[in-house]
Amino acid sequence: MALGDILIDVQGVAKHYGEGETRVDALRHVDLQVHAGEVIALLGPSGSGKTTLLNVIGCIVGPSSGRVELDGEPVFDAKWLRGNLRKLRLDKVGFIFQAHNLLPFLTAEENVSLVLDLAGWPRAKGRERARELLDYLEVGHRAPVKPALLSGGEAQRVAIARALANSPRIILADEPTAALDSKRAQLVMDLLRKLAAEQEACIVTVTHDEKIFDRFDRLIHLRDGRLSDA
Amino acid sequence: MNLALKDIRHGLFRFVLTCFGLGLLMTVVLAMIGIYNGLVSDALAVVKAPAADVWVVEAGTQGPFAEASAIPVNTRDAVARMPGVAEAGAITYQTVEANHAGKTLRLYVIGYETGRPGGPSEIVAGRGLGTSHFELVADRKTGLAVGDTIRLGRDRFHVVGLVEDAMNSGGDPAVFMTLSDAMTLQTTLDPAASRVQAARGTDAVKSASVAAVIARVEPGADVDLLTATVRQWKHLAALTQAEQEQLLLASVVDRARRQIGLFLGILLSVSAVVIALIIYTMTMEKLKQIATLKLIGAPDRTIIGLIVQQALILGASGWGIGLTLILLVKDDFPRRVVLEPFNALVLAGIIFVVCLVASGLGVHAALKVDPATALGS
Repeated sequence: MALGDILIDVQGVAKHYGEGETRVDALRHVDLQVHAGEVIALLGPSGSGKTTLLNVIGCIVGPSSGRVELDGEPVFDAKWLRGNLRKLRLDKVGFIFQAHNLLPFLTAEENVSLVLDLAGWPRAKGRERARELLDYLEVGHRAPVKPALLSGGEAQRVAIARALANSPRIILADEPTAALDSKRAQLVMDLLRKLAAEQEACIVTVTHDEKIFDRFDRLIHLRDGRLSDA
Repeated sequence: MNLALKDIRHGLFRFVLTCFGLGLLMTVVLAMIGIYNGLVSDALAVVKAPAADVWVVEAGTQGPFAEASAIPVNTRDAVARMPGVAEAGAITYQTVEANHAGKTLRLYVIGYETGRPGGPSEIVAGRGLGTSHFELVADRKTGLAVGDTIRLGRDRFHVVGLVEDAMNSGGDPAVFMTLSDAMTLQTTLDPAASRVQAARGTDAVKSASVAAVIARVEPGADVDLLTATVRQWKHLAALTQAEQEQLLLASVVDRARRQIGLFLGILLSVSAVVIALIIYTMTMEKLKQIATLKLIGAPDRTIIGLIVQQALILGASGWGIGLTLILLVKDDFPRRVVLEPFNALVLAGIIFVVCLVASGLGVHAALKVDPATALGS
């Protein structure tokens, strides 16, 4: 596979919590590059630093040291205030959660169009785009339904539509198939691969689901905060 | 997209129930404000009704409301002749209990001279006193209607007219009768007591004293000079209208007023805590959703807007429900509930500030929440 632009560039990133005897090194000098069109999996036992790495890439927590660039733009520099990071997340990063985390008071369509609303899209265009995505993910008929009435698979597809709404080039997924049966899990991964290829996006997924390992371009193992390709 | 309204609509029943609960609390707050106002208004009503400028009472007393006062009825003639006095009238006050339609009525009897100061200010039904004997003008709260008759003392009185908002500081509704009837009522004994007095060889109690003489002064007359002149008569004291009102508020209703005022303060504090608790709890229940909003890139103003708007809608709804309920039931209270638009506006202002402060606590908690909370199960 021909590699596209580098969308995620993590260089020498370390992250520790606490100091002295209570210090925990969650990440130790991690280097990682993810290219456009790539779909990679972060693997490792509990406490190995997967979620911390996902949080650092997703601009949720800053690294203790090292450098992170998203789509060629350095982040966590002094100029990056909390608001800037949130805007960066809105423009460049889409999140897919283990539990779909749809807002329960919005319909499926509103959950998707909310992201576009926040990004400043005109309401009508936002709704149109939300409908397109839901149709594409074959849940268009559930657009006016609230999340409580969606099945697990439908809710996860709505969550994927929300993650893709603003056409982010970086998609971070935390156990996106954990709540799905194996058939649905395969379908979701196929879908993510297709989207990555079509939108020239990269997808970083934290997963323990061995049945979908063959759907990734790279499996990256984390152990005690250190990283190794497999 | 207005997230606050969407969230409210999602849990509408619960939100309405919360608003209703808050509304009931606001009803109690408004009722207390109304009762407080009513107490002051009732206390002053009886003083203000005669529209007097000067009150002439017994020397050494602060009558006729704060203390008992008895002065000769002919004092009126002496006062009426004073320079600067436009008109004067003698007046008596007494509280009686009477039975009517199977109920015991507690009435505040005001005796006045027809055609002179001291009578009812405005007749809302029927007419004023026309004959010198056995007619009554009653406050609506007595439950009497025009045409009713009621026995007071040894005589039956016909109700010929009705007035509103005439009562004493204790809330007893007033009835107006002629001075001579009132003096008879004051001095006539029960038949059995009268027989005992006759057996002892003494006459029944006879008195020609009244509680006070009220005077209205001519335009431009010096009220202070007039009261000073009256005070020179050793057996009389005089108070201006302002002094009489101040005296009534400071002595007769002061303790009740402070009691209700203190209770109102406590009630407002409790309401503030309840509102703060409701809004804080509403926010805490949404922390995961707020974390999700942060994670997908919602700016702080969206999150602050969600919390503050809900807090203000809650406060406004509670205030609206409270105001509506109190307006519906205020006339059923045993004592008068007087609500001025200003009171409702002040309460709205207090609720607005409380909601803002309370949502500030929620906003603080929401802004502190880590977006990473949204990750994981």
